[in-house]
Amino acid sequence: MPRLDIKKTYKLFIGGKFPRTESGRSYPIKDEKGGVVANLCLASRKDFRNAVVVARKAQAGWANMTAYNRGQILYRLAEMLETRRDAFTAEMQVLGLSKQQAKKEVDTSIDRLVYYAGWCDKYSALFSAVNPTATAHFNFSVHEPTGVVAAILPEESPLLGLISTLAPIIAGGNSVIVLASQMKAISAVSFGEVIQNSDVPSGVVNILTGEGQELLPHMASHLDVNALVIARSGVDLKELMVASENVKRLIHWSAISTEQDPYKILDTQEVKTTWHPVQESASSGGGY
Amino acid sequence: MTKDWNLSAAPESTSHIQLQSEYGLFIGGKWIKPSDGSYFDTSNPATEKRIASIALAGKKDVDAAFKAADHAFDGWSSLSGAERGKYIFRIARIIQEKSREFAVIESMDGGKPIRESRDIDIPLAAAHFFYYAGWADKLDYVFPGRKMRPLGVAAQIIPWNFPLLMAAWKIAPALACGNTVVLKPAETTSLTALKLAEVIDEAGLPPGVVNIITGDGATGALMTAHPTPKKLAFTGSTEVGKQIYKAAIQGGKKVTLELGGKAANIIFDDAPIDAAVEGIINGIYFNQGHVCCAGSRLFVQETVYDEVLAKLKRRMDSLIVGDPMDKNTDIGAINSKAQLKTIERYLKLGSEEGAEIYQPACNLPEKGYWCKPTLFTNVAQSNRIAQEEIFGPVLAIQTFRTIEEVIEKANNTPYGLSAGVWTDKGSKIFQLTKELKAGVVWANTYNKFDPTSPFGGFKESGFGREGGIHGLEAYLSFD
Repeated sequence: MPRLDIKKTYKLFIGGKFPRTESGRSYPIKDEKGGVVANLCLASRKDFRNAVVVARKAQAGWANMTAYNRGQILYRLAEMLETRRDAFTAEMQVLGLSKQQAKKEVDTSIDRLVYYAGWCDKYSALFSAVNPTATAHFNFSVHEPTGVVAAILPEESPLLGLISTLAPIIAGGNSVIVLASQMKAISAVSFGEVIQNSDVPSGVVNILTGEGQELLPHMASHLDVNALVIARSGVDLKELMVASENVKRLIHWSAISTEQDPYKILDTQEVKTTWHPVQESASSGGGY
Repeated sequence: MTKDWNLSAAPESTSHIQLQSEYGLFIGGKWIKPSDGSYFDTSNPATEKRIASIALAGKKDVDAAFKAADHAFDGWSSLSGAERGKYIFRIARIIQEKSREFAVIESMDGGKPIRESRDIDIPLAAAHFFYYAGWADKLDYVFPGRKMRPLGVAAQIIPWNFPLLMAAWKIAPALACGNTVVLKPAETTSLTALKLAEVIDEAGLPPGVVNIITGDGATGALMTAHPTPKKLAFTGSTEVGKQIYKAAIQGGKKVTLELGGKAANIIFDDAPIDAAVEGIINGIYFNQGHVCCAGSRLFVQETVYDEVLAKLKRRMDSLIVGDPMDKNTDIGAINSKAQLKTIERYLKLGSEEGAEIYQPACNLPEKGYWCKPTLFTNVAQSNRIAQEEIFGPVLAIQTFRTIEEVIEKANNTPYGLSAGVWTDKGSKIFQLTKELKAGVVWANTYNKFDPTSPFGGFKESGFGREGGIHGLEAYLSFD
């Protein structure tokens, strides 16, 4: 008699835990033959708000880690994903990707994590500035994380869209709440398990599943979300106009799955400039 | 300290300025009358006397300005960076040559002390053009690995507190990056922007590269809703900024916003107190407090509170309030009657909320709009005078004990434009500059500006930077 397999329950990933949606709602993900692969959580506004609370709590600690440390943790994510290559590949094939497509999706995701891991302690040196003011001041500009970032992921990509969006946001010291691809979300939820095993502090990455149409207005309007990354095509601009009411940064990443560059890190950074007088004993006007 | 002496009046001469009694719109390199013949008056806030009539641009005029800018874009953007830069260098030089005329007109039209317009606004405006002129042929070095293009036509709307300087902040980087612009100065301070149009004409810029139109908020709304501009740049109130942001999202336009602030100026007990008191004065009373980055919330460590307050009041007593054209004047006229009313409303509110008001005894001129330098003590974090931007010479003082407490209080605002820190301890400075959520942090100094230094805010103070290498990104699109 064949063994009856154990099916995984796919839940949300909030604050390092895997809760069900508080709404108790779900939606089915089906395979090509129409069989139900999983019933995913249909996350609610309340789930999103809960995720923002933990993301805010986690952000300062993550930003205050050394850049070297953040780089190692992103690299650790790559290591953890590498050890689960086969599992992720198999999971994506259930969603209808060919074995080759699935392997490419996983391998590119791993390499992308390594790419951004390396940037953690380099982008600030490349894009900061010491500014030669015309007065006797030492003046420098550095990048700082904008804070809590929400992101809506591409619909078509199960994993690479998630990694390509997530990595530059957290590499720069932000915390993030992502809304996964609606119909290919199982890989994103499984990636929560990778995060949990990778020394990423709880709350830095939070993964929701559900409907963009329902959650996007809340992502745009939430007063404690500093930036919203739109990495999904076809998003209605009208849904986002509410972002103007709290001057939320809106960032459009149209081809995130195929692109990688340090400018993605800068997109969720703020430039801070510091001035201090320089004492000049030979002339007046220096000092304080 | 009661003042038993007075400085003799030292008024700046106005004999060498050239002003017309009526100004049209500068569109496509020509001076054009407004299509429906509407004008409004601009007056001197220190005397309430009319200076000139200014064209009120309507829909047809806004259309014409964008058409001219759009028409000029291909030619301007295909010029080599070096050639574009040379035009911008010319603008810088001509402003320097006419600096005294600009300074006098700026003070007449806006009410700021001549010492500030002469030593800060006008030299910085020229420096800004000079700085960005040099970037025009060096853009390839700014964004390694990236291909860039100018955006197209930029719609730029500027405030009344630093009229020429804000025009320079907007126009210089836009032109350096190959864009053409339509700029609208604020309703109460159009004159130096119109004089800048004359400079641009004299510099020989191709017609339509810079268009300057005048008008009120309705003209501004026509600009932001217009389909032609690919970029909206705004400096002004957070309230209007949010409307402009909405228009930008709707129109899919790139946008930079430099909005309000409620900056914390923090004095630790190990600070050089005399220098800090000067920094407090400069932080809040510079330009009558009409400064988005004004240090309007003062936090003093408890152990030095009495000393700081006594010295601060003594220094306030010596401030000279009055004729903006007098070289001795520290605090000039409030920019408009409407703004004076706003400030007076907050003065009343502060007292009603239980805060204690202090103003030095000084005589104010009979005509014009004036506000004495003001401070409030006994202020609670929840008081509206400690939360809302007043945009006047009004300081709200609070005390603190620990560094953690003051960081928490300083950051507890929707704004995040600037902050000040006064301490002799380097590691404390760096802790503060790291943890304060503000785009500009002045340590042991305040209200310093430079074209090489990026300016702009966190949170509801806006986004995008103006000035420095980081100011270029706002006027480019990337492949």
